[in-house]
Amino acid sequence: MGRKLLLDKAHIEGIRYYDVYRKNGGYAAAEKALKSMSPDLVTEEVKKSGLRGRGGAGFPTGLKWSFLAKPEGVPRYLVCNADESEPGTFKDRYLMEFLPHLLIEGLLISSFALGANRTYIYIRGEYAWIPDILEEAIREAHKNGWLGKNIQGTGFDLEIYVQRGAGAYICGEETALIESLEGKRGNPRIKPPFPAVKGLWQCPTVVNNVETLAAVVPIINIGGDEYVKIGIGKSTGTKLISACGNINKPGVYEIDMTISVEEFIYSDEYCGGIPNGKRLKACIPGGSSVPILPANLLLKTAKGEPRMMTYESLNDGGFATGSMMGSGGFIVFDEDQCVVRHTLSLARFYHHESCGQCSPCREGTGWMERVLKNIENGKGKMSDIDLLWDIQRKIEGNTICPLGDAAAWPVAAAIRHFRDEFEWHVRNPEEALKRNFGLAHYADPLPVVAAAAV
Amino acid sequence: MAEEKKLFKVKIDNITVEVEPGTTILNAARKIGGEVVPPAMCYYSKLQGSGGKCRTCLVKVTKGSEADPRPMPKLVASCRTTVMDGMEVANITSPEVQDARKGIVEFLLLNHPLDCPVCDQAGECDLQDLSYEHGVSATRYEFKRRTFDKIDIGDHIKLHMTRCILCYRCVFTADQLTNKREHGVLNRGEASEIGTYIQQSLDNDFIGNVIDVCPVGALTDRTARFKNRVWFLKPVDAHRNCDKCCGKTVLWMRGDEVFRVTARKDKYGEVEEFICDTCRFDKKSAADWVIEGPRAISRHSVISQGHYVGVHKPHETIAKVMDGRSPKLLMDIHSISEVNQPAVDLSKIDGPAHSNDFPKNNSVQ
Repeated sequence: MGRKLLLDKAHIEGIRYYDVYRKNGGYAAAEKALKSMSPDLVTEEVKKSGLRGRGGAGFPTGLKWSFLAKPEGVPRYLVCNADESEPGTFKDRYLMEFLPHLLIEGLLISSFALGANRTYIYIRGEYAWIPDILEEAIREAHKNGWLGKNIQGTGFDLEIYVQRGAGAYICGEETALIESLEGKRGNPRIKPPFPAVKGLWQCPTVVNNVETLAAVVPIINIGGDEYVKIGIGKSTGTKLISACGNINKPGVYEIDMTISVEEFIYSDEYCGGIPNGKRLKACIPGGSSVPILPANLLLKTAKGEPRMMTYESLNDGGFATGSMMGSGGFIVFDEDQCVVRHTLSLARFYHHESCGQCSPCREGTGWMERVLKNIENGKGKMSDIDLLWDIQRKIEGNTICPLGDAAAWPVAAAIRHFRDEFEWHVRNPEEALKRNFGLAHYADPLPVVAAAAV
Repeated sequence: MAEEKKLFKVKIDNITVEVEPGTTILNAARKIGGEVVPPAMCYYSKLQGSGGKCRTCLVKVTKGSEADPRPMPKLVASCRTTVMDGMEVANITSPEVQDARKGIVEFLLLNHPLDCPVCDQAGECDLQDLSYEHGVSATRYEFKRRTFDKIDIGDHIKLHMTRCILCYRCVFTADQLTNKREHGVLNRGEASEIGTYIQQSLDNDFIGNVIDVCPVGALTDRTARFKNRVWFLKPVDAHRNCDKCCGKTVLWMRGDEVFRVTARKDKYGEVEEFICDTCRFDKKSAADWVIEGPRAISRHSVISQGHYVGVHKPHETIAKVMDGRSPKLLMDIHSISEVNQPAVDLSKIDGPAHSNDFPKNNSVQ
């Protein structure tokens, strides 16, 4: 049983409300930080904990905070990125819905560390019911002196505002989020300047994911030194994984990043295996934009070691044979799933969500979708597969924001690992409309290349 | 003695140039000039905030700076990346950049209608030049291109969204030159379009400049649409006393007729000074202007194919050779042809011509 830091109290009835949350040790971390620590000390503690951004990129949070420019007389802002729209990722929703006070406490501590007196939660438009939950929690925190002027007599002021988005995936990109928050069209800004220097209203801003900010609470509670002991290597602490797809128990799980992928999928504590006795075909381990992996590469790395649920191990082998931890949207495919169809639906998503600002993404995403639609519907040509490869290669890295990369990677990985299936679709167009390629060789153990003699 | 300003040394394609701190790579390259200048479709030096969107100006930074010599991991948009001291940039010397640029051109042309034969911008179109230089001859796109209906933005400007490459230049122009912003981008992704909300006409003295900044034929001058091809017109520099703008323009003339008035553009297709709508749309008579002389046009441009300055007519030698006699025709076609008769005007005949329409040529036996 792994150690739980975020969801350890999620099962308590009424934890959504202040009284129950406070009774169960809530706001102790805020009390500790505000009354006995200096802002720099809190940042130092977060740095020590090795906490990495939970939104997808995995950038060390303490480092990000230390980049924040601190000019005199200019307000600084903290923005909580709750625009969780990645297909397959729904961990922040769970946190906000059931533990709103944990997020508010995390925001309070983080704002204190950064010296921000105004903090925004930018929440996805489709999460229509959650702003009410958050706003009620903010009201309760206000009433009990955890928000507003002179919090708990420490002289620190903080207001938290909840801002609803209008349902655009691109507004999860931090600069697009800031634009949208300012009331403009949610187009990503061209960097530099980075938000840490010129963000919201041209003031220094830190944008962090919900889970990252919530994780600050246990870090202050147990201390950075204790937090760093959980997990392996640079993947410290616990991570929320939202598991879905062909598994017996879909849901949000908190793992302490010491278990293997195989254990995560098959153990009863987590996903509970694949239903109906089907076999594992493929998996996207970190939300729709990270590369898909076939079963053999998912469970074991190219070196033959078991793959662990950590940032490093999932990334082992780079994009050639690895994937990414991403935002923790764990999507499992059994042998009945069609990778071509799945890639098409992702391509359709990115085509729909492209903001249209820069040309490679605006034109390329639509092109990829149309070519994939042809292959899926039995009108594909062999050259289309190479064409897709060429399109994704020309989108990747050439765009303003990471959405271009996110659109290119799933297509690239699908062709890289599942080229046989694409070719089968092209060669047997009529059969492909009736049945799926099946598991084929995707679960066969891969030969391990012996290390070169030195 | 005033303290000397510290200049940054930048190496672009192995050519060293010294520029002031804060200069972008693109402007540093323009200082060198020639082939190392990356093409720019959306950057416009006169418009604040423009650039970074079309990605044609991508370059590779092979050395970040003297202090931090690491190369940048991705290609960067040279129009929005400022130089560092000791930076080394590869543009035409990097195959990676050339390849990426080829890709960008393909993306830009993907939904472009390629209706150059009927487009007013043809001949002075940035996209034409770009695809001529960096594009490929055929497209790999097999699907229907996106189309839009043409919209009249006011009495003078026509918006043909199908041709647009969404460079946002006109949006910045409308934002920065005019007081009330009514011009922006609607929708998103592939479906995004430049427009005015509820087809509002743009009423402003300087709104005509969106035509000049447009790199393609998406925004055209309704007073000059389909009047003539640019390469048949003669651009002349002219000025007039205008109380609203500088009054310095280029007239596009044929004979004494002024077909079009535009601002003066430099070699990067950027206007030297913005002009007002009165000069642009209303002063269409040569008498309104003081003509300074022909406009210098790059000799590579199709516009200068007309050779309207320093024209040398070929020397007719035949009369000299024949001692002043005119050459004798070997055969007069009219005398022997049944249908080629000067007396018959084909355009006056209703329907197709028949043999009855031509009087029998008596000279033919």
